[in-house]
Amino acid sequence: MEQRGWGLPRLLGLLALLAVQVPRSSASSYMGLWPLPLSVEMSPRLLRLSPENFHIGHDSSSTAGPSCTILQEAFRRYYDYIFGFYKWHRGPAKSHAAPELEQLLVSVVLDSQCNAFPNVSSDESYSLLVKGPVAILKANRVWGVLRGLETFSQLIYQDSYGTFTINESNIVDSPRFPHRGILIDTARHYLPVKTILKTLDAMAFNKFNVLHWHIVDDQSFPYQSITFPQLSNKGSYSLSHVYTPNDVRIVIEYARLRGIRVIPEFDTPGHAQSWGKGQKDLLTPCYHGHTQSGTFGPINPILNTTYSFLSKFFNEISTVFPDHFIHLGGDEVEFQCWESNPDIQKFMQQKGFGTDFKKLEVFYIQKLFNIISTVNKGSIVWQEVFDNNVKLQPGVVVQVWKYGDYAKEQSRVTAEGFPVLLSAPWYLDYISYGQDWVKYYNVEPLDFDGTSKQKTLVIGGEACLWGEYVDATNLTPRLWPRASAVGERLWSRQDVRSSQDAYKRLTVHRCRMVRRGVAAEPLFTGYCNHEDRV
Amino acid sequence: MAGSALWFFLLLAAALAGRATALWPWPQYIQTSDLRYPIFPHNFQFQYHVSSAAQPGCSVLDEAFQRYRDLLFGSDFWHRPDPAEKQHTLEINSLVIHVATPGCDQLPSLESAENCLETFSQLVWRSPEGTFFINKTEIEDFPRFPHRGLLLDTSRHYLPLSSILNTLDVMAYSKFNVFHWHMVDDPSFPYESFTFPELTRKGSYNPATHIYTAQDVKEVIEYARLRGIRVLVEFDTPGHTQSWGPGAPGLLTPCYSGSQPSGTFGPVNPILNSTYEFMSTFFLEVSSVFPDFYLHLGGDEVDFSCWKSNPDIQDFMKKKGFGNDFKKLESFYIQTLLDIVSAYGKGYVVWQEVFDNKVKVRPDTIIQVWREEAPVSYMKELELVTNASFRALLSAPWYLNHITYGPDWEKVYMVEPLAFDGTPEQKALVIGGEACMWGEYVDSTNLVPRLWPRAGAVAERLWSSKLVTNLDFASKRLADFRCELLRRGIQAQPLNVGYCEQEFEET
Repeated sequence: MEQRGWGLPRLLGLLALLAVQVPRSSASSYMGLWPLPLSVEMSPRLLRLSPENFHIGHDSSSTAGPSCTILQEAFRRYYDYIFGFYKWHRGPAKSHAAPELEQLLVSVVLDSQCNAFPNVSSDESYSLLVKGPVAILKANRVWGVLRGLETFSQLIYQDSYGTFTINESNIVDSPRFPHRGILIDTARHYLPVKTILKTLDAMAFNKFNVLHWHIVDDQSFPYQSITFPQLSNKGSYSLSHVYTPNDVRIVIEYARLRGIRVIPEFDTPGHAQSWGKGQKDLLTPCYHGHTQSGTFGPINPILNTTYSFLSKFFNEISTVFPDHFIHLGGDEVEFQCWESNPDIQKFMQQKGFGTDFKKLEVFYIQKLFNIISTVNKGSIVWQEVFDNNVKLQPGVVVQVWKYGDYAKEQSRVTAEGFPVLLSAPWYLDYISYGQDWVKYYNVEPLDFDGTSKQKTLVIGGEACLWGEYVDATNLTPRLWPRASAVGERLWSRQDVRSSQDAYKRLTVHRCRMVRRGVAAEPLFTGYCNHEDRV
Repeated sequence: MAGSALWFFLLLAAALAGRATALWPWPQYIQTSDLRYPIFPHNFQFQYHVSSAAQPGCSVLDEAFQRYRDLLFGSDFWHRPDPAEKQHTLEINSLVIHVATPGCDQLPSLESAENCLETFSQLVWRSPEGTFFINKTEIEDFPRFPHRGLLLDTSRHYLPLSSILNTLDVMAYSKFNVFHWHMVDDPSFPYESFTFPELTRKGSYNPATHIYTAQDVKEVIEYARLRGIRVLVEFDTPGHTQSWGPGAPGLLTPCYSGSQPSGTFGPVNPILNSTYEFMSTFFLEVSSVFPDFYLHLGGDEVDFSCWKSNPDIQDFMKKKGFGNDFKKLESFYIQTLLDIVSAYGKGYVVWQEVFDNKVKVRPDTIIQVWREEAPVSYMKELELVTNASFRALLSAPWYLNHITYGPDWEKVYMVEPLAFDGTPEQKALVIGGEACMWGEYVDSTNLVPRLWPRAGAVAERLWSSKLVTNLDFASKRLADFRCELLRRGIQAQPLNVGYCEQEFEET
């Protein structure tokens, strides 16, 4: 890793700690900090760390202690990230004139939330003061500690003698948006649990905090339901292509330990072909003239059995997944099959829907919303649900995914007072030759017409890696470091925009990911000191 | 390569048919039936036919037998079957190999026997109960084109040795037979030369870790040989040589800004005797290190602006009567280089610019066509090259580093290399083609899924009959082949939605 000089000697005499207010032009000096923190003050004064002596521990003022698993695990993990992947050279002691940094003490100020799950209003802010011999990481909650540990680990590098080195620094940081997500799709291709866990690791390196688990879809139903085991027995690709309750628990806990929420998506009434195999009469039988064609369409919205099934099913989901939100999908509902079905035509007449099948869709979604409210959960939906004039309860989050005119859509949704998640410009499954991360990086999520109140309704965004052409073989290099661009856009200040500067930091950051075992692909020609070895 | 050694014959005296559709690339002739025979791993053996020219002790085949035994059955211990169950069926207990012409120690030797083993391994399938079967099958096979290559670029990004060896494995699975090693380029010089060690010391990304030692190179060549793969090394000059400069002072042309040297350097300096002395020594080494008859000498994309700026070169141009035609200077360089390499008894391959710029080359030069549109379409270029009686290699439509959303292998697959206007004699001059994986955006993190199974599409185009062009038929087989690659531990990416019994697992 290359160390760049500071070039600010004029302040040297003034303070031991040299204040540099994140000027964009020289931000690349920050050793590949990614995403760039809110404020960074760095001094040219160097401290050295020795793997044998250095220790991360609890400050005596902290509300958390050794019984806080989330922190104990994080301390161990970050010690490994900092020291574990290097060969330790015991260089000649005389080359180490720098004073030593012996400890990082962590202090949680408010109730630590050690045993809680993160949520959309979790406080992720922290401050980090690096000074010899003891650095202090302060945060209101454990979530901020996790983010601060990541930043701390990014500050440390090996000098040319192999000595672990850090600049005296003062960092204050908090995210710009509270919802920073990655969507994975385990229905088009099954992803082994290991791959999901590896993705959670990489998400933590990039300060993402939501795993949007698009768990089922037309192609397969890998979620093993306790109440309806036939869904995955019949609807998964094979009996080994399933997520058992234990797998799901492992993912949720692994994510929690990294301050990441897991939001499952069970997309209905469309995208539900795979549900049909294990749940008789759930899908609409399509007709060809007067006879059933043998194919099925979306979920059948006119039967009481549909809603009693959904009640039981989502009751299970609400207990299995601790997050307050469930993603209900609602995108791309095709009406032909409904149109072909005489029972549905009759129902339409009865209800006075005319031939407006959107009204039928609305009817379905509304009933589904009621079910979700009964189990005390919040809902996220794809934008069609809003577009089709479903009467949404306040607080339903609308995810904007259609690329055409997404800024207008953001205006409309927020004008109605609904929270928005942006994904439209961040479909990472669409690959192209060259440095497409720049395109993702240049997106400004609040660049739409609206009042400042409307802007506050944008709670964040998600990078989506749909699975048509993605499985465990290519997920990691396709996701990283391209998703990192989205990570910084959602975390860092609006005015952190220089893609030249980002390139420099991201190059260092991708090599760091590779060193930590994440096969992130290169941005361009060049090399890392520690290449990924297959 | 002798044509006679390139066909093989796979006749299973006792044999079955379900799995035959999993073959990739598709053989020239196949007849298969529903009659199936079980194979019991502990009983099964590969054998040499008594009248085979190759016999035990032939390392290429002995090792291939071992490799394919592991690929077929894994390295687990296999229980002896219950004798009662065994008696009912006629089992396959050997594959007898008959090699017509010897050549165990030669370089591209026994490729056909190797390819036969690969085909055999693709025919074996496993029932849900775990028994191995093979259907009664008769196959006669030979490649359509003798040169079926894959290019890796180890200069834009260094590829660890394991990535290269892994690529050679999959090349063998898909019957590629030439590894085109684009060893060095502008960004780095990882080849450790023993005559000019400064080249890597100063020109590699990291002279301790990002280099190929003599031992590494030997290992690659031997690993390739055991799989019937030639190693065609490329040392591209006079352009694409920035990384040579730091370790070979005086080799590159100093560029001028007005009357002063600007401090930057251009292509190899073609006007100095020292340049040719250097190249003589360097290529003498390369000729002895790389046993293949051919060397790839590059010759693409020479940028003339630096030559133009240099007053010494301007003088030289005048003296030689080249006027302002820097192509003539390029020709001068290339011709001198070709003479050097010919003197070492080597043949050579060059990129198409050498032909386009009308460099006078030996008639046995192979021209590699890589430009899709300019100066002419690649089909037109093939026409021109073969019309001038040169042999041609096609790469233009097969730049696999270029990626797009969706099943882009189909476009790659549907290329017909001989779809240009020309006589049968001209068509015969197209000796094959190469899939190219340039390294600007590729290193060991994404090489394998980007390469496989997409390169498989090129492999079949170059191996199978011209008539094998049905996309549905190909999709099914290629999807099966990619699952087979996963089973063999290769991180090959999916073609579309779906699954494999054995998915790739992170380690």
